[in-house]
Amino acid sequence: MRLAEAATTPLLPADYLDMVNPLRAGADLRGRIVAVHRETRDAATLVIRPGADWQRHVPGQWVRIGVDVDGVRMWRAYSLTSHLDRPDGCISITVKAIPGGKVSNHLVHRTQPGTLVHLDQATGEFVLPSRAPDKVLFVTAGSGVTPVMGILRNHDELTDVVVVHSAPTPEDVVFGADLRELAAAGRIRLVEQHTDTAGMLDAAAIAELVPDLAERATWACGPVGMLEALEEHWSAAGIADRLFTERFRPTVLVTGEGGTVTFTGKGTSIEADGATPILDAAEDAGVLMPSGCRMGICFGCVLPLREGAVRDLRNGEVTTAAPGDGVLIQTCISAAAGACDIDH
Amino acid sequence: MTVLQKKTENPIEHLTAEDIELIGKELDDIRQSVIDTRGENDARYIRKVIDVHRKIELGSRAVLLASGFPPAFVVGTIGLSVAKILENMEIGHNILHGQWDWMRDPKIHSTTWEWDMASPAEQWKHSHNELHHTYTNVVGKDNDLGYGIMRVDEDQPWQPFHLGQPLWSFINACFFEYGIAAYDLELAGTIAKKRTGDPEFRARAKAVLRKIGRQVRKDYVIHPLLSGPNFLPTLAANFTANLVRNLWSNSVILCGHFPEGVETFEKKSIEGETRGEWYLRQMLGSANISGSKAMHIMTGNLSHQIEHHLFPDLPSNRYAEIAPKIRDLFDRYGLNYHTAPLPQQVGSAWHKIIRLSLPNGWLELTNRRNLLPQLAVLYKMTTGSPKVRRTLQRKLTAGVRLTRAAAAA
Repeated sequence: MRLAEAATTPLLPADYLDMVNPLRAGADLRGRIVAVHRETRDAATLVIRPGADWQRHVPGQWVRIGVDVDGVRMWRAYSLTSHLDRPDGCISITVKAIPGGKVSNHLVHRTQPGTLVHLDQATGEFVLPSRAPDKVLFVTAGSGVTPVMGILRNHDELTDVVVVHSAPTPEDVVFGADLRELAAAGRIRLVEQHTDTAGMLDAAAIAELVPDLAERATWACGPVGMLEALEEHWSAAGIADRLFTERFRPTVLVTGEGGTVTFTGKGTSIEADGATPILDAAEDAGVLMPSGCRMGICFGCVLPLREGAVRDLRNGEVTTAAPGDGVLIQTCISAAAGACDIDH
Repeated sequence: MTVLQKKTENPIEHLTAEDIELIGKELDDIRQSVIDTRGENDARYIRKVIDVHRKIELGSRAVLLASGFPPAFVVGTIGLSVAKILENMEIGHNILHGQWDWMRDPKIHSTTWEWDMASPAEQWKHSHNELHHTYTNVVGKDNDLGYGIMRVDEDQPWQPFHLGQPLWSFINACFFEYGIAAYDLELAGTIAKKRTGDPEFRARAKAVLRKIGRQVRKDYVIHPLLSGPNFLPTLAANFTANLVRNLWSNSVILCGHFPEGVETFEKKSIEGETRGEWYLRQMLGSANISGSKAMHIMTGNLSHQIEHHLFPDLPSNRYAEIAPKIRDLFDRYGLNYHTAPLPQQVGSAWHKIIRLSLPNGWLELTNRRNLLPQLAVLYKMTTGSPKVRRTLQRKLTAGVRLTRAAAAA
């Protein structure tokens, strides 16, 4: 190996091996899209052959996928929706194109089979415990159904399942056909709420629809507003420990003041406004940044703040660092609240 | 040549301060138009070039395993030379400029890239991107002007050792990558200032030596050894490929700023320089090479040196597209868009190196008939005291004035 490195310097042997087999063991984790199945007018399932080092995921988990959109590498997280034991060893993610979403629209509408994508190992806590509960409730809205489908497809042992799902119209229900089939087969009780005609469900309405709600372990995934309403209701009912939620994106509550962000190691400075996460501002300026979930949960983007102030976009909390402190900050949910000096 | 500020005919005299800012504005717009349309096609381009380079390099190295067989030697050496040129010029130079950072691909990024060259990327980026591109053609600030070892301007007093300049320049061209490494390290200056004990310098020197070690081991030990009985031919092939690459990149770089007619600037002139004035200096201080698409790729698009110096961080594959717009801008503002084929530009640059290795005016006044007396003058200037030199120089300068007046009449 040392010999191979000496022969290829300044490149690495891997750079040449990648030309032949980018999915081999030992390579950076990548995947090749083998098929794109349309689910609804704005959602699609991408079937991906992962690299040899892919580790089996747990149903309900998500995977970060790096895809080149207009030549720019962008990373996003999507729920895995595949059967664990697909004979071809492929995995699948299901993506809903959100209005103005660069990556989601690219993946749903413009991705061709054969495209190479970059992957991380699956992660996430939105999974069933090792001993599955007897009675389960899933509350989902929009693309929030995707991790639930990942769970339903892989947990045949669940017998008493209620799925309450909201979508604008029947045609917009991602996995509509699959869910209805499961309901017809008696595996789940499906409550579809078509919000264009019937309006939104609130927590009280759900409690009415599912009278034995307190006996059920509940997993909820959808817009932040919905999740917060559910959390409030479950807390009030004293069953907060029976509710598990998954957020797809952070809620921006407050903004900072902005300022010059200096990356000491790289010797670059950027101007960041108070509403943009430092991660996004830096990437827009061409700085390579460590990144992860982009919603403040995985800590893959953490860097030491040597000096300055940042504001947590989720709750407005200001973190300051004096020279030498090296306070670790999550760049994906922190905006500059003044001049910042970051060790990177 | 003399710095623009001291010229009798100033090529930018006709421009008002407002003109210069308008030029800057137009150039900003051209730059933005490229940034706005950067995308998938550009990304595909650089990945393609990288892929082609790796295949040529791999193929050539494979062919050279049989380098004892003369046709294999020839094919392998040519292939490896081409690969090394591509790697240094269109790939390495441009990636290290950050031209491809916008792709956010950690494998093709100015902060992670390392190139097939004696100078470590980190040090080269400092001396090239920060110093040369900021202080382009400012005498005393831009060390790329003669790399600190040459007389590049009539205003620098001629010294006898300048006679060796064509020879140094040729040796520097042959071992260009080591010259660059020494220059990026500021080796000569550090030795002159007796600062070689400085720990920061030592750390950098160590990095250079490590890099050279890896490069030498690859080209002159590992690959020759892999060739088994063909050790020596492979070694010779690798040496030749490095030599070809060095001569080629040296020629291209000479063409960028050194041909006759490219302007240089006084240190004072850049104090408080506006963006428009900075652009103007880049326009006047660079020269292009005209030629085919293949020529542009092999020069790393430094054949579009003017465009590159105006926008060092735009993807190199886009320079050709904006070149007509830039040329049009030169024309509209009555500026000289300096472009010529490679042999002409190289010839012009070498002519200048030779001319400046001699006392001012000597070459201009010398012809076949007066060669012997002129050589005698040169001998006296070389061996004489500074006073003798000054006297003879005055005579030469007066002679030039006379001949020019006669020619004009």
